[in-house]
Amino acid sequence: MALFSSLSERLNHIFSKMTKHGKLTALEIKEAMREIRVALLEADVNFSVVKSFIAKVSELAIGEEILKSLTPTQQVIKIVRDNLIELMGGENQKLNISPKPPTVIMMCGLQGSGKTTFAGKLALKLKKEGKKPLLVACDIYRPAAIEQLKVLGKSIQVDVFERGTNNPVKTCKEAIQYAEKFSIDTVIIDTAGRLQIDEKLMQELKEIKKEINPTEILLVIDAMIGQEAVSVSTAFNDALDVSGVVLTKIDGDTRGGAALSIRAVIGKPIKFVGVGEKLTDIEPFYPDRMASRILGMGDVLTLIDKAQEAVDEKTAKELERKFRENSFDLNDYIEQVNSLKKMGGLKSVLSMMPGIGGKLKQIEEQIDEKKLEKNKAIIQSMTPKERANPDIINGSRRQRIAKGAGVEVSDVNMLIKQFNQSKEMMKMMKNPKAYGGKMAMIKKLMGS
Amino acid sequence: MGIFKKFFDKLKYTFKKTELNDDFYDELESILISSDMGVETAIEIMDDLRLICKQKLIKDTEHAQIELKQILINRLNANEIEFNYPLIITVVGVNGVGKTTSIAKMTKYFLNKKKSVILAAGDTFRAAATEQLSNWADRLKVKIIKQGEGADSAAVVFDAITSMKAKNNDVLIVDTAGRLHTKTNLMKELEKINNIINREYPEAKKLNLIVLDASIGQNSIVQVKAFKDSVNIDGIILTKLDGTAKGGVVYPIINDLNVPIIFTGFGEGVDDLDLFNKESFVDKILM
Repeated sequence: MALFSSLSERLNHIFSKMTKHGKLTALEIKEAMREIRVALLEADVNFSVVKSFIAKVSELAIGEEILKSLTPTQQVIKIVRDNLIELMGGENQKLNISPKPPTVIMMCGLQGSGKTTFAGKLALKLKKEGKKPLLVACDIYRPAAIEQLKVLGKSIQVDVFERGTNNPVKTCKEAIQYAEKFSIDTVIIDTAGRLQIDEKLMQELKEIKKEINPTEILLVIDAMIGQEAVSVSTAFNDALDVSGVVLTKIDGDTRGGAALSIRAVIGKPIKFVGVGEKLTDIEPFYPDRMASRILGMGDVLTLIDKAQEAVDEKTAKELERKFRENSFDLNDYIEQVNSLKKMGGLKSVLSMMPGIGGKLKQIEEQIDEKKLEKNKAIIQSMTPKERANPDIINGSRRQRIAKGAGVEVSDVNMLIKQFNQSKEMMKMMKNPKAYGGKMAMIKKLMGS
Repeated sequence: MGIFKKFFDKLKYTFKKTELNDDFYDELESILISSDMGVETAIEIMDDLRLICKQKLIKDTEHAQIELKQILINRLNANEIEFNYPLIITVVGVNGVGKTTSIAKMTKYFLNKKKSVILAAGDTFRAAATEQLSNWADRLKVKIIKQGEGADSAAVVFDAITSMKAKNNDVLIVDTAGRLHTKTNLMKELEKINNIINREYPEAKKLNLIVLDASIGQNSIVQVKAFKDSVNIDGIILTKLDGTAKGGVVYPIINDLNVPIIFTGFGEGVDDLDLFNKESFVDKILM
């Protein structure tokens, strides 16, 4: 999830130039703001949103306060960050729940924005939270759209309500009656994608809204959308008074400036982000975390959340002890690979680490998730004794392991070498003074 | 010219004075940026315009705008595309840009030209993608080669080529799974499809077309680059131009990556596809 990484690269660059200068002059701020403007525009933030953002931030930045301060770079970052957070809506906003079930969630958006996939993701998420969701297929225009939702529903074992290509307004009404009858607490309506200037189809959405009065109307927007973000979100909001926004497809290398534009223009919160092609790839949207990421300050909070989901406390404590005592063995390594996977893979974890933001691209090239899998296979071909004491793995054992895992002996050698290196690294972390030079280098790499 | 006139009127209203001042250039620049052209290209074009106005001693906004339109047209691809048969078109692009609909439209385009068309349902990844394309094939009464969801797309393509050769079809259009360009496995699959086509039908003319959604911003550049890293990209199908999106992002793509626009799509009907027309494209940007 490398959202905004390019933007952070740029901002980091601007601010690193500033640090070298020491105290800031008004002229330098102006230069920084010019680069922020270009960076934001290249991140697809809407033209007019950029304009007002820059004006506001410049006003705040060019002042005595900042010129007199001891760490001007940090102050500029803080001002830009605070304003980005404000622009994106402050705090995370949860889904509205109807006091009287069912809660009705209506999705809308342009063609290809990812409504159907997102409807599936949301249904799965709610199901995991103990709700009983129902998916309603109302896209009667795109060939096989209903079929797509049915396949999705089947894969997550959520019922799909459809009436073929009948009038969607009627289908929605019947779906809600069905939900009431079978005590289903959440109804998710997937509508057809449409252009915001298609009056006939916009009218259809208005009618659905009028008939079923949804608890939540979510506007689904492709995070890669360009300057159009403003006219699209404005038109849908004018027609439906949407209650929230969902940003999809931010698992590519999109810069996602739409997040900034939409909230600034329609004033509605972004509630979720779709972060991948798997149905579990859905996350709440946190403006503060996102702003931190924009500035390359990492997304540690999301990382902690994910880690908590993936690792139970007992395992974590045990691991911590092993780190401390340097008795980390290959069994733990496997455990780590598994938790990493649960957390969304190594790349996803790395992209959330502070200071990695700008360097992710370089690192990404070196990471091969397949290699992790290969290493797992190698370790699984070892005896428990070997896993606990890798030192006993001699030549013939290596050959046996390689055969068992279906790899070359050199792969086994590589793994053991890497394992020893990481143990060495852990020693360094424990006792940084003894490794002064190297530690400083690592710290530098981590950007702290 | 009608649309362009509207643009004149808008500017005339904004700039009652006819002199070429910074406000005038700034306004033009903002129009360009609003088309998703990217700030760098917009600045380049404005620099070109200033230079030309200086050289040609243009002093009024009206003539300056005519020059701008010419600059914008000149920067688009020069060559008209010529289709040779037998032709195999592989359609690629990220999720949701309109690949399948574009395939239906191209099918209609070639049918109108009295060519026989066959389709290959190579998107074996997305739920119901094959159904969607089959649906179109039924409506257009063309043959479609398909296997189930999760099948090997290269195998589907292999079957399609065999069938194409047997029936002497003029055009084969291959659908592929939409993929975020960051997914390496799926990109590898594309390479495999390309290899199969080259191996099985070397004498056919091949075109790899990338579908871009006009409402997407600067990420389209990254998309083209990423696909170009895996397979050769011969042209662009720019979709969803029926909305208010202008698709200005093709400027940096044409200039820096040298990939021309072939077709433009402007609706959900099978006839809503045209060969790229520079003039009307630029008119819309300046609208």
